[in-house]
Amino acid sequence: MSAVIETHDHDDHHHGPAAGLTRWLYTTNHKDIGTLYLWFSFAMFLIGGAMAMVIRAELFQPGMQIVEPEFYNQMLTLHGLIMVFGAVMPAFVGLANWLIPMMVGAPDMALPRMNNLSFWILPVAFFILLSSLFMEGGAPNFGWTFYAPLSTTYAPPSVTFFIFAVHIMGASSIMGSINVVVTIMNMRAPGMTLMKMPLFVWSWLITAYLLIAVMPVLAGAVTMMLMDIHFGTSFFNAAGGGDPVLFQHIFWFFGHPEVYIMILPAFGITSHIIETFSRKQLFGHTSMVWAMTSIAILSFVVWAHHMFTVGLPLAAELFFMWATMLIAVPTGVKVFNWVTTMFKGSITYETPMLFAIAFVVLFTIGGFSGLMLAITPADFQYHDTYFVVAHFHYVLVPGAIFSIMAAVYYWIPKWTGNMYDERLGRLHFWLSFIGVNVTFFPQHWIGLAGMPRRVPDYALQFADWNMVSSVGAFLFGASQILFLFIVIKTVMGGKKATPEVWEGARGLEWTVDSPAPYHTFSTPPKVS
Amino acid sequence: MFKNATTSVNKSLAAIFLSIFTSPLFAAWSDLNMTQGVTAISKEVFGLHMLIFWICVAIGIVVFGVMFYSMFAFTKKKNPNASTFHENTSLELAWTIVPFLILVLMAVPASNTLTKIYDDTEGDINIQVIGYQWKWEYRYLEDNIGFFSNLTTDIDEIYNRTPKGEHYLEEVDEAVVIPVGKKIRFLITANDVIHSWWMPDFAIKQDAIPGFINTAWTIVDKPGTYRGKCTELCGKNHGFMPVVVKVVPQDEYDLWVAGKKEAALKMAELTEKTWTAEELVQRGEGIYQKNCVACHQSNGAGITGIFPALAGSDIVLNNKARHLEILMEGVQGAAMASYANQLSEVDMAAVITYTRRSWGNAENGDGEIVVPTDIVDYKKPKV
Repeated sequence: MSAVIETHDHDDHHHGPAAGLTRWLYTTNHKDIGTLYLWFSFAMFLIGGAMAMVIRAELFQPGMQIVEPEFYNQMLTLHGLIMVFGAVMPAFVGLANWLIPMMVGAPDMALPRMNNLSFWILPVAFFILLSSLFMEGGAPNFGWTFYAPLSTTYAPPSVTFFIFAVHIMGASSIMGSINVVVTIMNMRAPGMTLMKMPLFVWSWLITAYLLIAVMPVLAGAVTMMLMDIHFGTSFFNAAGGGDPVLFQHIFWFFGHPEVYIMILPAFGITSHIIETFSRKQLFGHTSMVWAMTSIAILSFVVWAHHMFTVGLPLAAELFFMWATMLIAVPTGVKVFNWVTTMFKGSITYETPMLFAIAFVVLFTIGGFSGLMLAITPADFQYHDTYFVVAHFHYVLVPGAIFSIMAAVYYWIPKWTGNMYDERLGRLHFWLSFIGVNVTFFPQHWIGLAGMPRRVPDYALQFADWNMVSSVGAFLFGASQILFLFIVIKTVMGGKKATPEVWEGARGLEWTVDSPAPYHTFSTPPKVS
Repeated sequence: MFKNATTSVNKSLAAIFLSIFTSPLFAAWSDLNMTQGVTAISKEVFGLHMLIFWICVAIGIVVFGVMFYSMFAFTKKKNPNASTFHENTSLELAWTIVPFLILVLMAVPASNTLTKIYDDTEGDINIQVIGYQWKWEYRYLEDNIGFFSNLTTDIDEIYNRTPKGEHYLEEVDEAVVIPVGKKIRFLITANDVIHSWWMPDFAIKQDAIPGFINTAWTIVDKPGTYRGKCTELCGKNHGFMPVVVKVVPQDEYDLWVAGKKEAALKMAELTEKTWTAEELVQRGEGIYQKNCVACHQSNGAGITGIFPALAGSDIVLNNKARHLEILMEGVQGAAMASYANQLSEVDMAAVITYTRRSWGNAENGDGEIVVPTDIVDYKKPKV
């Protein structure tokens, strides 16, 4: 896709950013809001990460050393909730805000005031969630999947605050998604047909539809919990004629599309980066779009593979096994496309490319363990063990989170006008890469050997590799401080970036100055 | 001189690798894989696991092979001008259809095994398994015997005050006993929250869900003690409710059943006996340690905000009737479950008496005791 931009210098009395704190409070500018989202998600990444450090410190050795089981359960619950809803999702929304208008040649998001609102209610939600740590009875302690009745009849009183926080997060996500859909559907530059859209935009269009479809389901689940806890209903209470398994069906009908919400934008990012640093047009642009669409559609009919052990009838087990295995086909297509893009390319290995390649390799490993988990009889052994923990961390950490880091390195010259420090970037990559594998690879083994997940203590045969895993986690955790340093250093200054930034970069965002002006594309560019 | 240096580097590298693979970390490599287990089904499951594993490895070698080759062969230095191809319909069709066929090949044996696992005909012996926070109850439906199975690992081992034993966190006071060669059917449910009963050596993992009865079956031919765990987060002591199954020859099993029945008769005699307060307190302390400390703590102080204190509680001090009622019925909408079926009449009376006379409760309250016949009376149908 080639892009031509008509550069009309527009009236200079037009405004730049306001000064001071109000710039951030009242801003309706997609770049400012993108920045807010990204910093917020990084703060949450550090908080959720600190909780992971507590977990790994406790698991460093068998026995209870650092925390009590009650507090351990609060840590694992908040770690999951914060990483999913506070770190990964807002980071992708931040990237969407920064990039979608520039990529489709629009001046801003379609609904800028709602954009402001959807960001600013997020810190409120997480303030409420985190404040539950200081409440009587402690924070939510029932895992990020909050299965009833552990999360209803048997929950600490703070569960009500948790429900309120989830409602706010859901509202924020829905507003953000509507904004993305409306922007993409209405504000593309003339000539940019749907099939010419950059893949990051495509991935977000699909993600946004998934979010709009499933966040209300999550809201329904927590509302039913609220009713059970405070208004005497028995949706999930067997003693009152309710059904605890119903909760799991509702939760995973949200939850499975949710895990693809956390990976689809990563597919988009990876496609751009591999294309750029291979200096070769992405292989199979059209099949990428169809692969993402099929993954999204399939995500609605596989939810019960999280529930193979709840006692579903045989027919249901078979259906969900087959449907889940099918997902390997479009996912495979994506991986093959990336590899073929690199084949006969002209490749260099800047930091974004390192993260993107690591993404492809390690995400594929996560995909393999996913395929193994789909085999229902084998899942009876894998389910709720560290094998599952290893699986979903492989798709989320070197998957979603590596793609976010890759995106930051890739686009930060466009955002700040400065190049990041390549030497430090590579150091950050290698530390993270080693850390992530040392942490999560041994977890496959301890899971297969029989260690259940969500336990604060374990039998002696799991001791050695838990210690290795903890050492890896501390290394990975510490490396992220380096990431923070690199980002701040780049924001403060550095080698000036050209508008193109990267030799092989394609797309409208590389046609504007670096840093991108506060308002871009007041006049839409023409795409041919 | 250089040559020497390289050889010594090589030697030390070799030494490092050797020491890694002979270190305790890798000593039991087979412990890092799924267990093959001891039943026909568990071996089939293991076979499926290895089959899908090797399929993944093969795919991985091909995909990563092409990828790593590209990474080395097509750097900007070696290949300054990238090719321009970006589509190839037949290639794309091939890598859609071939994986699909591999998946079909995989789905066939998996579906077969699953169908076998789903055989839910009656067993020779039917055992009801009930999950509680945080222990398991087993009821043998034919022989009308039952018992609870609690973790026996000492609290001092858990808190690192004494060395950990061989079966740390995998030992219980009373294991499920089953005979070899018989079809055992487990009917799995729960009393409070969702638990999950996992016995890796039988490849059984079934969630224990209040209001539902899930079934699982096994035939074990090899006597032995097998260890598993609860695998669904069920509250704070989720990591401390193991599953232990002892598989024994038929005659040994018959003896065990007879012994259990006799013990039940003895218990009935104990109920009729006249108890003193001291005897009850003495017996009650053990019951309390096993059943109550997890929430109410060994000093009776509970945990503020979640689990009420028993020391100085108004009910424990002065309201014997309500105290009895709470233990027999549980508390609606709270974590306190009914213990009516978990404790014998003797143990129930003993534990209530223990709490009423410990931590200064006897001095501050009426100090009234409860005797086993009180429990028998409570259980009689009210007119």
